[in-house]
Order: sequence, then C-alpha cells, then structure tokens
Amino acid sequence: MPKEKAIIRSDISKARWTIIEMKKNWVGYVMILPFFLLFFIFTVVPVLLSVILSFTTFNLLEFPTLIYFDNYIRLLLDDDIFLLAIKNTLVFASITGPGSYLLSLFFAWFINELRPKIRAIVTVMFYAPSISGSVYLIWNIFFSSDQYGFANAWLLKLNLIPKPILWFQDEKYIFGLIVAVALWTSLGASFLTFIAGFQVVNQELYEAGAVDGVKNRWQELWFITLPTMRPQMMLGAILAITGSFGFGGHITALVGFPSPNYVAHTIMHHLDDYGGARFEMGYASAIATILFFMMIGANLLVTKMLRKVGS
Amino acid sequence: MISKITAKLRAYWEQRQKNKGHNAFKRSVTRSAGGDVGIYILLGIVATIMVLPMVYAVAQSLKPLDELWVFPPRFFVVNPTMKNFRDLFRLMGSSWVPFSRYIFNTVLISVVGTTGNVLFSSYAAYAIAKIAFPGRKFLFSIIIYSLMFNATVTGITNFITMSLLGWVDTYLAIIVPAFCTTFGLYLMKQFMETNVTNAVLESARLEGANENKIFWKIAMPMVKPAWVTLVIFAFRDLWNTGANMYIYSEQLKTFNYAISQLVTSGIARSGVGAASTVVMMIVPITVFIVAQSNVIQTMSTSGMKD
Repeated sequence: MPKEKAIIRSDISKARWTIIEMKKNWVGYVMILPFFLLFFIFTVVPVLLSVILSFTTFNLLEFPTLIYFDNYIRLLLDDDIFLLAIKNTLVFASITGPGSYLLSLFFAWFINELRPKIRAIVTVMFYAPSISGSVYLIWNIFFSSDQYGFANAWLLKLNLIPKPILWFQDEKYIFGLIVAVALWTSLGASFLTFIAGFQVVNQELYEAGAVDGVKNRWQELWFITLPTMRPQMMLGAILAITGSFGFGGHITALVGFPSPNYVAHTIMHHLDDYGGARFEMGYASAIATILFFMMIGANLLVTKMLRKVGS
Repeated sequence: MISKITAKLRAYWEQRQKNKGHNAFKRSVTRSAGGDVGIYILLGIVATIMVLPMVYAVAQSLKPLDELWVFPPRFFVVNPTMKNFRDLFRLMGSSWVPFSRYIFNTVLISVVGTTGNVLFSSYAAYAIAKIAFPGRKFLFSIIIYSLMFNATVTGITNFITMSLLGWVDTYLAIIVPAFCTTFGLYLMKQFMETNVTNAVLESARLEGANENKIFWKIAMPMVKPAWVTLVIFAFRDLWNTGANMYIYSEQLKTFNYAISQLVTSGIARSGVGAASTVVMMIVPITVFIVAQSNVIQTMSTSGMKD
C-alpha cells in the first residue's frame, strides 16, 4: 500500500514503522509458522550446528574440541585429494550445470509448442529417467564390462575391438560417461518447473508482442516468454547448481568408490568419505562449508547473468 | 433430448473454433513450418533416447530366463512371459511381514507427506510472496542458502532431534520432515509472486475476504501448474523412499525397501528385478499422467488469462 506508506513513514522511526507493519500483517506470520517451525528444526539448526562443528574435531563419541581453522588449513594445504576433488567438481559442474539447465529449458519450450494432449505424453517420456529412482543403473547394463553389455557386444560382433572394454573402470571413458549420465538424468525438477512456467505465461502478451513486431519464435522466447519466466529460471538455476555441485551418488553406484585414480572423485565423495565412513565430522563439516560457499559463488554469478535475459 | 445433444455439440464446436483461432494466430505470425518440423524431429529423437530405459525395463521383465542371457544381447523380447511377475508375487507372498503392509506404509507416507508438503509450502509461499510482513525477505534468503548445504553432515543433528522428539522408529520421522522441503516453498513462492496478480488480490481484500479465503479461492487456482508439479515431484520422492536410518521395525519399512531386499542381484533373479522396477514405476507414472493432463485441460479451457 504505497499511499499509506508515504504518509505515515515520514513521521515515525523505522523501528516503530516495522512494529506497525508487523501488527497489520500478523496473519503472514501465522501462515508461515507451520513451515518455518519444521524448517528451522530440521534444516536451519542442523546447518548452523555443522558450520560450528567445522571449527572442531568431532568423532561422534567424544565431545567436540575446538581447533579453530585447522580443518580448513588441512583441507586446503595438506589434502591433495581434496584439491583434486575441487578441480573435478568444478570441471564437472561447469559442463553439466549449464548443460542440464539449457536442456531442461529448451526441451520444456519445445514441448510447450505441442498440442495439449500429446504434451502430457511427451513430458512423461522426457521425465522418464527421473521417475524411477534407480533406473539410471541401466547404464551399467548398456556399458557392462563383460560381453553381455550392449556396447561391448556390438563392438565385438563388428570386430571393432578385440576384447570387452571396462567402460566404467577405464580412466579414458569414466568422465565422459558420467557427464552423459548426469545430463540424461537432469531433466527432473527444473524441467518440470519450466514446463509449468511456460503454461502460466499470459497468452495476451504474445498477441501484443506480435503487434509490436516480434517476428519469430526465438524473438518471442527472448523478449516475451523468458522475462516473464524469470522466477522459474532463478529456481532452475539454483537446482542446476546444487545438482551439478552435489553430484556423487550416481557416480558411486556406477563407478564405485573410490574411482580409479580418483578421476571421478568429487567434493561429495570426499564429504561422504569423511562424514559417512571415517566419522571425522568436524572435517566433513568443513568440506560441506567450503562446498556451500562455492555454490553461493556460482549462484551470484548465475543471478548476474540471468538479469541480462530479455534485454 | 436431441436438442440437448446438439447444444452440447455446438458448444464444443465453438470452443474448438476459438482455440483454433488462437493457434492460428500463433502459427501465422511467429511460427515457421520448417521450425515446427525441426522441433518435432528433435523431440522425437531425444524422447526415444530418454524413454529407452523404461522400454528396456519392461522388455527385460517379460523375458524368459534363456533370453536374458544371449549373445549378442537383444533389446526386445521374443517370447514374452509373465513368469517374472509371477515369481515376484510369489516371493512377495512368502515374506515374513505381509506385503500389503509394506504397500500400506509406502502409500501412507506418500499421500500424507505429499499433502502436507503442498499445504505447508503453499501457505508459507503465499505469505512470503503476497503479504508484506517485515522479515520475509530475510526468511526467504535463508531458504535459498539452506538449499546449498549438504545433507550428509546435517544428518547427525537430525538424528539427535528425532530421538529427543521420540520419533525414531515411527512414521513421523519420515513424514514430518517431508512437509518442509525447500524446493516446495521456493517453487510455490516463485509462481505466486508473478502469477497471482496484485489487482485481483487487492480487490478481494477490499471486499473483506480474509487471507485464508483468498489463498484457497484465488491464489491456489491461479498457480495450479505449480502445485501439480509439486505433487508429482514430492510423490515420486516419497514413493521411492527406501531404507531409512530412523526406521528399525520391519512392519514400518517401505515397499521400495522390501522389493529391493527381494531382488538380491543374481542370475536367476535379474528378470524378477526388472519386474519389480516395472511395478515400482507404475504408480508415479500414473500420478504424473493424471495430474499433468488435468492441468493442461484446465489451462487451455478456463480463463487463466487474468
């Protein structure tokens, strides 16, 4: 309510204004209460505690002892595998992050061009790799290391290779394969968000745009659709960042842990190693905190880029 | 009787003409025929690649044992058999805890968890997007940042919390945390912000409608695609709930857990494994198709324009 604001705001202090606003909009607090109560208990408190833990050494049995920045110093100066993990994660994320984002966006857009009834079916087809939690293991069957895997069987039959290739164990192939798996399973949450985003764009804008001289579908996308979909694009970006930086479980399932010569060792693996296997929770928390700040950095970068959309 | 039918037909025809007119506009001005064809071809190719694993899982589940191990491997099934499914159901029948109990657990978790998630997230999202209470920006930024923190290290704290609450080894340990997903709130908030128009809200408020009523009657119908997406997504996640560190009792374990216990990987059981994958996929896919086609219908026929 801008009118009231202008009159009252100039007369009173900011604190007093805040209290008035709080009283006027009390119902807002009631509405967020159930969500935020649970959210603080199950997410915010654990996150804060583990940031604190990152300055301690904690093995789950004894009470944590404060060691200040030792975990971070050890990570960055003394842990070669961690530096390798950072490098791998950055390379991996810079390919699969933008890749999955653009795939989701463009295929959602293409699907939106279809007639409504076909649209639902095609959406299911694209979403298929994400529907069943473990269906990505099919890659193990296609690229199985024995002669019964599809890839090996046909390469052998056509006499292109003398003996089966150990696809998921050979350093030459691992990285490419996991990038492919990551992209293939990436049409998940952000893809669905985009699908829904395209559905709620106000149709009148398109007609107005055509009058204003929008000539083809690309212009329409850039000048009309994407600017109105900015909120969905922000959400998609966050999901792409968290997805690509936090990718690890699929790699373990396909390649095993640790991967040969650590070629596919990501920060997630390092974290699981120390948190889940060695129970060095302080150290693991420090890894999580570093990963956290890397994601925040990536997010700032992406937010800056998304501001340029439609200009 | 006949006049009724003709009236219905006419209404249907008029609706079709209207839609057609709309499409005709889009096509003639901004859509080239070549582009359309290109998109169809691209969609066809990629959709085939994406859907292959599901086709393959179905094919595997219908294969008799000798076809599962031939060289070179065949993609499709030659002599389909239901034996794998029969074996699967026989194995289910011989389990210690009746299988219906596992199914009940999964259905309960999925339905209650999804409902709660949509409700809690949407309520909070509406308030953050549309009610100008102080502190909402701060709260929202907490949400975004928490999305970026890894769950492995927050697990310990959560376990302690669960034991303090006395929720270890109860349904609550799985269901309640599912109520407050960051994705749910973020998704709903982003849609509410742009797609629930302020003009409509203000006029409803002036007429004296309370926020709860506005939420149900105005905001939620306007962002239907968003919460349908959330339903699909939350349901799929909960449906695939497997082993959980909070659950010990066999009677409380999920369908997914039980089925993966049955299918211990071995030569004889690889067909059964495929059968179980197919059984597990059916429900989320059905939910998806029903929900998604429901949205598309309402979006194309009702006046979502303002």
